[in-house]
Amino acid sequence: MNKNLPKWVDLGLIPLLTLFLAFAVSGLVVMSIGQNPIEVVRVMIQGAFNPFGIGHTLYFTTNFIFTGLAVAVAFHARLFNIGGEGQAGIAGVGVTLIMLSVDWPHWTVALVAGTVAAMAFGAAWAAIPAYLQAKRGSHIVITTIMFNLIATAVVGYLLVGPLQAEGSLPESPKFPDGAALPTLHDILGVVGIEFDRFAPVNISFFLALIAALLVWILIWKTRLGYEMRAFGHSERAAVYAGISPMKITMVAMLISGALSGMMAVNTVQGEAERLVLGAVEGAGFIGIAVALMGRSHPVGVLLAAFLFGILTQGGAELQFALGIPAQMITVIQALIIMFTGSLENMVRIPLEKIFLNTGKRGQA
Amino acid sequence: MSEVTENAGRLDAVAPAIELIGISKAFGPVQANKDISMTVAKGAIHGIVGENGAGKSTLMSILYGFYKADKGSVKIDGAPTVISDSHDAIAAGIGMVHQHFMLVENFTVLENVILGAEDGATLGSSRRRARKELKELADEYELDVNPDAVIEDISVGFQQRVEILKALYRQAEILILDEPTGVLTPDEADHLFRILRNLKEQGKTIVIITHKLREIMDVTDSVSVMRRGEMTKTIATATTSPEDLAEAMVGRRVLLEVDKKPAVVGETVMEVRDLSVTDIHGVKKLKHVSLELKRGEILGIAGVAGNGQSELLEVISGIGAATSGEVLMHGESIDVSKHANAQLRRHRGISHVPEDRHQRGLVMPFMTWENTAFGYHNEPEYSGKFGLANQKYMLEDARGKMERFDIRPVIPTLVAHHFSGGNQQKIVLAREIERNPDVLLIGQPTRGVDIGAIEFIHQQIVNLRDAGKAILLVSVELDEIQALSDRILVMFDGVIQGERMPEDTNEGELGLLMAGVDPEAQS
Amino acid sequence: MMDFLTNDLLQLSDSAIRFATPLLLACLAGLYSERAGIFDIGLEGKMLVAAFAAGAFSALAGMSVDDGGWNMGGAAVWVGLLAAIIASIIMAMIHAFASITLRGNQLISGVAINFFAAGITVLIGQYWFKMGGQTPQLHEGQRFEPIILPFAKSLQDVPVLGPVYHDLISGHNIIVYLSFVIVALTWLILYRTRFGLRMRAVGENPGAVDTAGISVVKLRYSALIITGILCGLAGAYLSLGTAAAGFGKDMTSGRGFIALAALIFAKWKPIPAMWATLLFGMLEAVGSKYQTLDLGFMVLPGQFMQALPYILTVVILAGFVGKAIPPKAGGEPYVKER
Repeated sequence: MNKNLPKWVDLGLIPLLTLFLAFAVSGLVVMSIGQNPIEVVRVMIQGAFNPFGIGHTLYFTTNFIFTGLAVAVAFHARLFNIGGEGQAGIAGVGVTLIMLSVDWPHWTVALVAGTVAAMAFGAAWAAIPAYLQAKRGSHIVITTIMFNLIATAVVGYLLVGPLQAEGSLPESPKFPDGAALPTLHDILGVVGIEFDRFAPVNISFFLALIAALLVWILIWKTRLGYEMRAFGHSERAAVYAGISPMKITMVAMLISGALSGMMAVNTVQGEAERLVLGAVEGAGFIGIAVALMGRSHPVGVLLAAFLFGILTQGGAELQFALGIPAQMITVIQALIIMFTGSLENMVRIPLEKIFLNTGKRGQA
Repeated sequence: MSEVTENAGRLDAVAPAIELIGISKAFGPVQANKDISMTVAKGAIHGIVGENGAGKSTLMSILYGFYKADKGSVKIDGAPTVISDSHDAIAAGIGMVHQHFMLVENFTVLENVILGAEDGATLGSSRRRARKELKELADEYELDVNPDAVIEDISVGFQQRVEILKALYRQAEILILDEPTGVLTPDEADHLFRILRNLKEQGKTIVIITHKLREIMDVTDSVSVMRRGEMTKTIATATTSPEDLAEAMVGRRVLLEVDKKPAVVGETVMEVRDLSVTDIHGVKKLKHVSLELKRGEILGIAGVAGNGQSELLEVISGIGAATSGEVLMHGESIDVSKHANAQLRRHRGISHVPEDRHQRGLVMPFMTWENTAFGYHNEPEYSGKFGLANQKYMLEDARGKMERFDIRPVIPTLVAHHFSGGNQQKIVLAREIERNPDVLLIGQPTRGVDIGAIEFIHQQIVNLRDAGKAILLVSVELDEIQALSDRILVMFDGVIQGERMPEDTNEGELGLLMAGVDPEAQS
Repeated sequence: MMDFLTNDLLQLSDSAIRFATPLLLACLAGLYSERAGIFDIGLEGKMLVAAFAAGAFSALAGMSVDDGGWNMGGAAVWVGLLAAIIASIIMAMIHAFASITLRGNQLISGVAINFFAAGITVLIGQYWFKMGGQTPQLHEGQRFEPIILPFAKSLQDVPVLGPVYHDLISGHNIIVYLSFVIVALTWLILYRTRFGLRMRAVGENPGAVDTAGISVVKLRYSALIITGILCGLAGAYLSLGTAAAGFGKDMTSGRGFIALAALIFAKWKPIPAMWATLLFGMLEAVGSKYQTLDLGFMVLPGQFMQALPYILTVVILAGFVGKAIPPKAGGEPYVKER
């Protein structure tokens, strides 16, 4: 973004420094609740990478890739989609409806059907805020927040009403066996590699990697991506170039919603095999941190999603090993959002001064 | 250099109102002001001229405390004065009318005047006092405005008066005006100048920043010229000429005329019939405009900004929608509804260099190769399969355009931010002209462009005309209209007020038309 | 019918006021922030931190010294209130530092504050009290008690007005009454004082304020301090002034967003803000009194009532019921033109 700084500083050093600051403050928080930060890091890393943990880490990573990509795609068109949480929640309903409607013969068919349903429902839930933004100028940040809250009510209603399985738990019936997706254990087993058979990570992980590649192509290689970026930088310029704001807003948000929705393939179809209350578990919001940290670039998103996967799984371990509530991760997530998304100038302004001075000396 | 000013100072025998000593200011790597010293005598009207980006506004913003100088000092009425923010400036008796008015649009005139100059923690007494004083100021200086009018409902001319009233209400003795006539009709500008002379008679000191040499000659007592952040000379207005000032601004002799052969006008290419535009607030911006555009001619549209020229360009180029009327291209009607598509328009041979290259013509963070295809990116040569872009061709194409239009440095991966105003405009021009369009729409072709590039751009426009293309030129610079056009239409309040041939008219007549007066009807 | 009016409607209105109070305070908090040009989606977080601080410090202050408390008796509730306000101001100042001083993205810092609050309250709560993020149950002296207004008892039998006075107007705690006073005060500040004039101006055109010789930064910080105070009151009400009597994990449960919705609904004006939050309070009251709502021709599930404020906000935002135009400079950090 900035013309005074070399690219490696802008895209490498600044994100790393802000991340470092976020972790440093997280360390202070850890100390303030009477824990040793080094011990906490050790437990987290151990918990995230041990043979049992890695399967969970990758499972969470999958979620965050989807939601991170979703936020990133919208960011390129200068749309702040905070609605990932709701879009993924409604997508879960979509997956559930389709999974319960047919007795699936084979997982391949079920995977395609589940993915299409997740994308369609996620996109549909993003469509109304998108339309209102494009047509009526309603602020998309507020409308997507409202749609998250409405989604919570809708899912809550369905799970104690029409979609509820017999019994008192607020959850849907289990999906037919044919809908079950192969886990990483199953997949690696084919090539003879041992992997934890209880780990929730499943074929959706590869789906997420493919999605990242497709997003990269979309943003940087296609004319649609070019139009989205142009619109993101300047709406007036876009109109001048014959790029329809209505079309770009809709398309960007539909893609974004569909990506958020795909998370449901991983959680609802791949792991729980039923719809449960709170299936999204904040992953929609973590997508914001992931996209910010990853600078809205698919490679950055993959790395950031993996980091958050580690944090989430490692954080669960903290609870067992040290009795630190899982909210530790929420705090770290907040600090990363804060430092990379909003306090960036704390690092950028001093760096600009340094580079300006060295630049001047170089010229003299 | 400062012989004249020193003399002027001695003549007055009182301390100068303003004395700037060795002012320097840098924005990042850009040195906006370099060691500038300037003196303005008390009770004088002083002009500062210079090209865009010469540092005039920065210098005055420093005096007003809006920016902080890196080096240098200020004396007001002979006393050293530290001005670290606008509050200090106001306390020192300085008022400033910014180019973009600093008014709160949904406040009333009264509230805007009071803001920052309240009498106490509650507003009652401030309101009463301001109401009374506004009345007095209005009577004294021809500055009538309704104190209860809301800013967004009054014209720019009145808004400017509010700005002047704000300064006077704060008891300003020194008034700085940044490009005050840019948005005014010649008539309104005359009114402004009367007010300024009036203020001068009351002993106030006035500084006007402008790039219009004619105004400088008309209204100022002395003038300073700035070039590339430096002050090149200060001189009594009576002893100089526009040509001398222009030379001092640019650093060399400038051709104020454009070298062009007589036009060879062909058949009509485009016809605008009875075109009207009403904006979202229900204001009629364009009222039943009709015109014909022929091959091989430059049709100039003169007028003060905001009289419908922008809307005309927007409708023809497919950006904006018309409420009624039609546009014919080669006798065929083109879509002027809100469904119009600017890309389709380009495909039909209508290219468009927009008035605002930062907001429209370029995507500033885009690299040059992305900008040189902008708007044409869906044309076959830029398109690959499956919705991909043909990036290899886009790069090659950009390099060629940069070389042919002398856009330096020739690095297609450089983003638009990196280029000077002139080079940015050449990127837009290269893109639009090299399509070899039948019609070129071009708005404010040289706004914010250095004089060297102006000559190049004018030459490109004339060349395109000589190649038998039709050009519709919109400019608020009357000089530019007169120099380039083969035929001139003057717009006022959304109407074509008159048509003149450049050889049969003069500035005076065009100025009257721009103010909505028909000189022929009058006589 | 008379029965419905006197009993059900009065009871509903009474609980509507209770539900509306935190919304109203948060809504006014947002009004100051947004009128000064800082979009505030962090109201939820500020309120949550305040609710925690109130619960925690009131509990600590009221506990006996043996239990690790300060044994302050009836003053405990005020310690809680003060802690709430301070905690909320700290959050507001972080928001201010990010969005005013460092000119960062206001929305993103707001989001971050919400998450930070959701996490830190549980972390510290667990560390201090070991109750899974809850704070201990508050007792008399640690909570705000209902205030019986003069003559409420003796006038109770006057037809219509008596019950209204006794059941509806009397019997709330101090914060409820305070919040309505603040509505009037806000109106006065906004439209009748120098600070209000400047604050409205800075939210519309900070350049005008700057060139008038007033510090944009100071003005915006001042507005956010008020936002902090009001969110502090809102949070304190939740843990010290309701039946919860203590802090519970995520106890704001979206109220910050409903307040934001009310602010838009009220077009950033104080008196309409009061009506909007009372309306949303009424919706909540109805939703909690009736699990499902039988309208005769159809039955609405409770979740519908829960979602109704959000749906209404979307409808308002869509501009179908009068356009809501936010302060013009909102959301953009102020950078001097160049």
